[in-house]
Amino acid sequence: MTLKSEPVIVNVGPQHPSTHGVMRLRVAFDGELVTDAEMIIGYLHRGSEKLAEERTFTQVVTLTDRMDYVASMTNNQAYILAVEKLAGIEPTPRGVWLRMISAELQRIASHLIAIGFLMQDLGAMGTPLMYTMREREDILDLFELLCGARITNSYHRPSGVFQDAPADFWPRLEAFLAEMPGRIDEYEQLISGNEIILSRMRGVGIISPDEMINASITGPMLRAGGVDWDLRHRQPYEYYDRVEFDRPIMDESDNYSRYLVRVYEMRESLKIVRQCIDQIEPGPARDPDVPFVIRPPKGDAYVPIEGPKGELGFYLVSDGGISPYRCKVRPPSLINLTLLREMLIGLPMAAMIVTFGTVDINMGEVDR
Amino acid sequence: MGPNFLDNSFFRNIYCNLSESDDIRCSGGGWLGDGLLPGGFEWLAFLITAIVMAMVLINLVLGSVLIFIWAERRLLGRFQSRSGPNRWGPYGTLTPVADAIKTLFKEDIVPTAADRWVFNAAPIIMMVPAMMVLAVIPWGTGTFLADLNIGILFIIAITSLSTFAIVMAGWGSQNRYAMFGAMRAVAMLISYEIPMALSLIGVLMLAGSLSLVSVVNAQDVPFILVQPLGFLVFFIASVAEINRAPFDVAEAESELGAGYHSDYSGMKFGLFVNAEFMATILSAAVIVAVFLSGGRGWDFIPSQGWFIIKMVPVLFFIVWTRASWPRLRIDQILTFAWKGLIILAFINVAVSAILSFVWPDPSTAELWLMAAINFGVLIVSVLAVGSWFGPGTAGTPKMAHGDSLPRPRPAGQPSGGDS
Repeated sequence: MTLKSEPVIVNVGPQHPSTHGVMRLRVAFDGELVTDAEMIIGYLHRGSEKLAEERTFTQVVTLTDRMDYVASMTNNQAYILAVEKLAGIEPTPRGVWLRMISAELQRIASHLIAIGFLMQDLGAMGTPLMYTMREREDILDLFELLCGARITNSYHRPSGVFQDAPADFWPRLEAFLAEMPGRIDEYEQLISGNEIILSRMRGVGIISPDEMINASITGPMLRAGGVDWDLRHRQPYEYYDRVEFDRPIMDESDNYSRYLVRVYEMRESLKIVRQCIDQIEPGPARDPDVPFVIRPPKGDAYVPIEGPKGELGFYLVSDGGISPYRCKVRPPSLINLTLLREMLIGLPMAAMIVTFGTVDINMGEVDR
Repeated sequence: MGPNFLDNSFFRNIYCNLSESDDIRCSGGGWLGDGLLPGGFEWLAFLITAIVMAMVLINLVLGSVLIFIWAERRLLGRFQSRSGPNRWGPYGTLTPVADAIKTLFKEDIVPTAADRWVFNAAPIIMMVPAMMVLAVIPWGTGTFLADLNIGILFIIAITSLSTFAIVMAGWGSQNRYAMFGAMRAVAMLISYEIPMALSLIGVLMLAGSLSLVSVVNAQDVPFILVQPLGFLVFFIASVAEINRAPFDVAEAESELGAGYHSDYSGMKFGLFVNAEFMATILSAAVIVAVFLSGGRGWDFIPSQGWFIIKMVPVLFFIVWTRASWPRLRIDQILTFAWKGLIILAFINVAVSAILSFVWPDPSTAELWLMAAINFGVLIVSVLAVGSWFGPGTAGTPKMAHGDSLPRPRPAGQPSGGDS
């Protein structure tokens, strides 16, 4: 005879230490095991897409900062690429290199957040989180030199970036590049081979690559499932065809592979920044002839880029006016969450939190 | 009155001043002369002395909790490459005092749905076992409240009472997170009591007594050397018993908010925190008494000083573990106890039984020989049991360079070209 008990419904969030913002999950538990999970989002909805229709094309850049607020630079980049395609603006070479440098630094910062908070979800008492935050601090200092802001950068502009990097930016960047590989090795020593981490993350939260492709999941999550899909390689935008980098791919598609792919991607981003510094050419950081108020011709444009969390793109429609007629975001965080229920069912509570952490979402981007 | 109370030098000093006891250990009275109380009032003298001693001991440990909280936070700060608390007092030493004052002044909230009696009783019951264990710990030569002849059994029995408090807190809160925490705590604490008790059997065979004072006296060679496997199992089990990392599933803050004390506020919450820190200090004290030869040491430091000096590395190690390791999952914790620690504890019992059969009354040289044999057993058995859990190796991704890799196919389908 088996005793059946009623499932316990628990609200995980919106106020919960590990939901990475104001995410809410209604989870049915049978003992410690998840039997059902329902995702309730929208607590951070600010109507960014609608607000964009009221602003000029350049002003919308500030809205994109506030979508994925731990990766503002890549948001700026995705939006600006769509505007440039829509308006037919040719960016200046120096502006493009600066955009690539800032975007790759932002990718490292975003992955640092992902890894640090993942370790926090695993219960590591903040030590790895403090380490990753220390390095993120260096990156934010570099951003402060570039544009004066640390989180909400609004650095990118149509035709380039709004100002050239100051002279003391380059030695600071060199120092960061010299220091960072050792720091990543330090995380790997602390985390990657740790028996507890391995036993908690290996073989947990598996999702098949076909399911992920069907759900149009992208980014490190897809690459951890063995699919070699990186838009920087598949559809090179900006000057990504001029830099050499590897794409870390893992076949396990479990929590551990999603973690490890991010660690290796940080190393590759450092390589890209290095090559950008070597290839950057003097010149204006943006085209002074491009006006502040742009009036693109009627039409639409969509440029996907490889954001830190996956394919990020802005679909812009212009009616010939000074502001977008429609601005639709393809947020990787939201789309990567779509398979969450399938991933969570059958896992224990602790593994549920970790699996949720490895998806690496940002609620600002999910709800917009 | 148990006669062995008078073995405690502090107790004797107070008691002999008060009573007209004709006990030989009171001969000559105290410093104040012989007996302030008239004859026939020995019971009153005993009562006063006992209350004074209990007050002193409990307040000393509560004070050391404040010091430990400060030390842990400073150390965690250092481990995490930040400075830790440094605002109140020199090096932040007054931070725990500020925390205590804040906790006292916080509003005490009882949730509407809570079972009031159970909810309110839980923090008190949590404190009681931690305070009771104080009585039997030999803090130094002649510095103990009671030399119970079942001392170790008393500690194991009393500490398991805290499980009741955790269940009461979880149940009384009517909160699902608290209930999850309480259920986890029960499963874990019950599992870890078994290896904890088993690991001490080897020590009992060597000491021939359950009294902690006799155990300390038997340690001509510290039992951490003679019983390394027993120490390992006992240390891991006691870290689990006090709910600290990596076994802090009962209050796993990333999963359960605060676990079983989610709904507590004000001083009730403070009592839980206090009890947990007291339990940590006391488990370090038990480890020192049982495995690190208690207050024994060279004469230039008094025995109480040696005891505290020996507690410091144990507590440091507990904090270090907390700073560097993530939490285990509850099912892994239970597997580790039942399939790992209990087997190690049984191996230790068997080996100790054979060794104490061969050397029933070991001399110091024989103790060293036992230590050598037991270290061999430690290495072999830990490697053997550890191989079940398997040493994991860090993974490495494939680095795709240049052309795209083919898309992975589900098993059973023929692999075609790149999609």
